Amino acid sequence: MTAQLPALQVAIPLICAPLCVVGRSRRFAWWLFLLAALASLAISVLLALRVSREGAFSYQMGGWTAPAGIEWVVAGYNVPILLVVSAIAVAVAVYGYRAAGLELDDWHTTLLYTFLCLTLTGLLGLTITGDIFNAFVFLEISSLSTYALVAMGRRRRALLSSFRYLVIGTVGATFFVIGIGLAYAVTGTLNMADLAARVGAAEGNRALYAAVVFMVVGLGVKVALVPLHAWLPGAYAEAPNVVSMFLAATSTKVAIYILTRVMFTVFGTALVFTALPTGQVLLVLASAAMILGSAVACFQGDLKYLLAWSSVAQIGYIMAGISLATAAGVSAGYLHIINHAITKAAMFAAAGLLLARLGSVQLGALAGLGRRMPWTFGAIVVAGVGLIGLPPTAGFVSKWALVTALVEQRQWLVIAAMLVSSLLAMVYVGRLVEVAWFRDPAPVTETASPPKGMVAVTWVLVLLTIWFGIDASLPASLADSAAQALLGGGG
Amino acid sequence: MIATHYVYWVLFAIMMIGLYVVISHGNLLKKLIGLSIFQVGVFLFYISLGKVRGGSAPIISPTVQTYSHPLPQVLILTAIVVGVATLAVGLGLAVRIFETYGTVEEDEVITRSATDPADGVPEDSLNGGGGDAAQGDEA
Repeated sequence: MTAQLPALQVAIPLICAPLCVVGRSRRFAWWLFLLAALASLAISVLLALRVSREGAFSYQMGGWTAPAGIEWVVAGYNVPILLVVSAIAVAVAVYGYRAAGLELDDWHTTLLYTFLCLTLTGLLGLTITGDIFNAFVFLEISSLSTYALVAMGRRRRALLSSFRYLVIGTVGATFFVIGIGLAYAVTGTLNMADLAARVGAAEGNRALYAAVVFMVVGLGVKVALVPLHAWLPGAYAEAPNVVSMFLAATSTKVAIYILTRVMFTVFGTALVFTALPTGQVLLVLASAAMILGSAVACFQGDLKYLLAWSSVAQIGYIMAGISLATAAGVSAGYLHIINHAITKAAMFAAAGLLLARLGSVQLGALAGLGRRMPWTFGAIVVAGVGLIGLPPTAGFVSKWALVTALVEQRQWLVIAAMLVSSLLAMVYVGRLVEVAWFRDPAPVTETASPPKGMVAVTWVLVLLTIWFGIDASLPASLADSAAQALLGGGG
Repeated sequence: MIATHYVYWVLFAIMMIGLYVVISHGNLLKKLIGLSIFQVGVFLFYISLGKVRGGSAPIISPTVQTYSHPLPQVLILTAIVVGVATLAVGLGLAVRIFETYGTVEEDEVITRSATDPADGVPEDSLNGGGGDAAQGDEA
């Protein structure tokens, strides 16, 4: 039974998805999604324990041995991602019980859970697979269901955001396929470990260089790395809030994971970072992302757009750590993946509370409400402090790790960009504080108190950001083992 | 180089034509057509990889010595399914956009959404330049 856990991890949400529609009941679909999320979390924990006990292991899909069959691998590098994705899915499920109904009618809520199950399938499959074409298929499963989820937003503008995301996302995925094709033409294999073993023999092959570039650019779209980020703000801000919370915390993170997997374990640092100037290019783009994302966030009039642009900047931090290609840098990147997932989920959860109480997250509508809703705004401020990266929040720990890694490599300009970005983050979080506490209250009629489940999830996430800021041993050990598995060679 | 590898040149040209259509056209349907051309170029590229000179179709037969490689075709079967699904979702969205906005021209959709107070957010906020002045929330 435990031998089949990697397959069940992905199969359970996949089976739950059609059942959600068949049930034709909002409540039933919710239970199924909760079940899928809890099962994924339980399996992730079991897999994580097994990896810490016995080290990395692989699963042969259908009993066909690799490299001919499809191989799934559980190792230090994907355990943290599996845990983050499934834990956030559980949080989203609990939060969504009341939150989804606020923005959608019954039938669309049922469909929402169906697509959330499919997105979860895609993200978990993408994380666990050891076959590169299989990765493309899972990437598209998660992306396609994401397009549908974004289109469910309450404003009609969501449709255009979703369409743009679809076009840009498909171009990115197709670039990824071109890269796979070129790598396949050179090496004749699709298994990641087998590819890694054969890449060395094809040293200096131009087609292989092209494969690296196509894959990095294609995945760069999914990661939303500047300048390929155009789809992100609209998609996150216009989606129903439950979806924003799930996507902001997981989808770009999984894309970053698969990018690191391709760069470090498939093509290897010798090809990607020594023969090609990938590291320098990514560092420049990451610095640009930090500054641009935070700067634009300062000028947003809508809380969800503000958070989405802040995500662009945070992705810059993660990518800066990873593109150093050192143990400290990759570990810092992973740490920030974990911490930012929790912080951003908390932030969107808090935004959802405001949406539930006021029906709007326009900053104008929030004027002077800090005193009337101290707890909701308290959550926003604590999570906001996490986004800036001040102690005692998790954001501080990962930024500290990132600065240490950058100092080690003497990347002073990137550190300067980080500083500027953090100051700008202070401006946009400060602006929220200013609006909430130092403005004359808008004449709000009635503010219903938000559902308890939503409040509980928000505070669990907020407290988790503080907990990981004070005692970072768990995420730090996960991140370190991930960096070790990625840079230790061999996929 | 060109003479021996002309297939790749042609196929990459097809891909770039598709990509150019996606970028240059504002009509949402034309964007989807471009996207399909782009993807078809990639599919053909994969299939061309599997062709072995003088090879026959990969069906075992006692008279045939060389076979073409079947795996790329199988992979592309999967990719075609993904492509069709993407196109279906894209067309579905285009239909919804046409129903709500009455047009499938991207520029038109943006102007109609910007002038509609029901949408809440001004367009420049969508593209990144939005702010308080346009928002009018400096009460």
